[in-house]
Amino acid sequence: MFPFSFEWIWDMGHMVFHGGLWYALTIIGLGMTYCVIKAAVDSSKGKGSHHH
Amino acid sequence: MDTALMPEGVKRCPIWKFMAGLTPVVLVLLWGIYAMLLCWLKGLNQTNMNNAYGFALWIWADLAVIALGGGAFFSGFLKYLVGKDELKNIINFAVLIGFICYRSALLILAIDIGQPLRGWFIFWHANVHSMLTEVAFCLTAYFFVLCIEYIPLVLENRQLDRVPFFHNLTHNMHEIMAIFAATGAFLSFFHQGSLGGVAGVLFGRPFGFREHILIWPFTFFLFTWSAAAYGPCFTILITKITEAVTGKKLVKDNVIWLLAKISGWMMLTYSIAKTADTIYWAVVTAPAKGFVLSDFYTNNALYGYWILVLEVGICGWLPALLLVFKKTRENRKLLWLAVILGVIGVSLNRWVMVLQVLAVPVMPFIKWILYYPSWQEVATTLLPVAYGIILVAFSYRYLPVFPQEAELNPIDPPVGEVAPSELETASTPDAPEGDLQPAQA
Repeated sequence: MFPFSFEWIWDMGHMVFHGGLWYALTIIGLGMTYCVIKAAVDSSKGKGSHHH
Repeated sequence: MDTALMPEGVKRCPIWKFMAGLTPVVLVLLWGIYAMLLCWLKGLNQTNMNNAYGFALWIWADLAVIALGGGAFFSGFLKYLVGKDELKNIINFAVLIGFICYRSALLILAIDIGQPLRGWFIFWHANVHSMLTEVAFCLTAYFFVLCIEYIPLVLENRQLDRVPFFHNLTHNMHEIMAIFAATGAFLSFFHQGSLGGVAGVLFGRPFGFREHILIWPFTFFLFTWSAAAYGPCFTILITKITEAVTGKKLVKDNVIWLLAKISGWMMLTYSIAKTADTIYWAVVTAPAKGFVLSDFYTNNALYGYWILVLEVGICGWLPALLLVFKKTRENRKLLWLAVILGVIGVSLNRWVMVLQVLAVPVMPFIKWILYYPSWQEVATTLLPVAYGIILVAFSYRYLPVFPQEAELNPIDPPVGEVAPSELETASTPDAPEGDLQPAQA
């Protein structure tokens, strides 16, 4: 799963399979991190507290 | 008692009635959990799987719910990437159904692997030569995407939305949802395809084996195409069932018809491709392996030509044509018929590609091997169905799943003023949903 794992080989199969997985997980992770941090910043500025 | 948790402007039944209605479903859920624990504690000897059937009822259920849950990725693709904005009125429900389907698939896999504590092996010790590794990767990652798409709906609960952080988080997630939807479409394309690819690369089993385009067998493309085609059918079917159970109209007809039309054209093109694939397989691929078509459909008690006719014709071409033509698509009964046949058709296709593949003899001295599931397999397969019904019920009760519900079902229409849903029904006397009544206060 990781290049430091003893089974890891730098071949096409590993790079394509794991590259695809980490590509997707990176987008998901970065996207959610952005949303959470921005929500915290917005909340600290008082946004969203008067919508009701 | 729980009125404060319900969405504004809609009416729900009393909590006792809600709980009473769910009681039979909870009993099925408990039965499934008992069977699941038996499988985990005693092992896979609780099933009727054997050396001939390493894949059985669970894998069929897995493939079927993944195909039926395809409505989530395809609806998201249509709304966020193609720009079909009308689908915003059903996308929440499509996501919910997708979330339930994929959660169910993962749960079934957790039972099927026998030792769920070793479930992480497929990631850590990945076999990069297996299509199923790609399926495991994409399935898991796409489930994360579905969680991300479902979370804003949960946070839009009336009470949670009062918390500024949750409100802002929901807003931010909606803003970049197109990125998540695109990621979901990417992941779905590959895992739906690879599930089909598994049967298509079995060169030792001519019933499943297909010709390839580069490294991908035809079944790779057929599975992806069929999930995109029939997934929305399932979304429409569950929406219609929810409307029937609640006695309310929840989504406007134009939204349903748009999704049905797109689904119909997808099903039609899929049926053309599937028919061409079947003919080529029957006259070229299988004979090249030493088989004729009758070898796959005779000399056994279950699998006859009827299954081919039912899958490709009655549950393939027929619903496709019903949804393609405006007149039949906008007829309430025919719409019901089309989506039910479509759902049966794709489920039957997965059954054929998982179980009939294993039943067909591959050597002259081998006979057909038929299989029936144990009660534990049946119970654990019904478990996610029960769980899905419960989650739909709670989501409908407490979350704004259907944005048009309040408009279509006004609680207190002013005296002398006609409700919008009545106006719509009155203006289209042949409207398929004309018999549904707005909720009464």
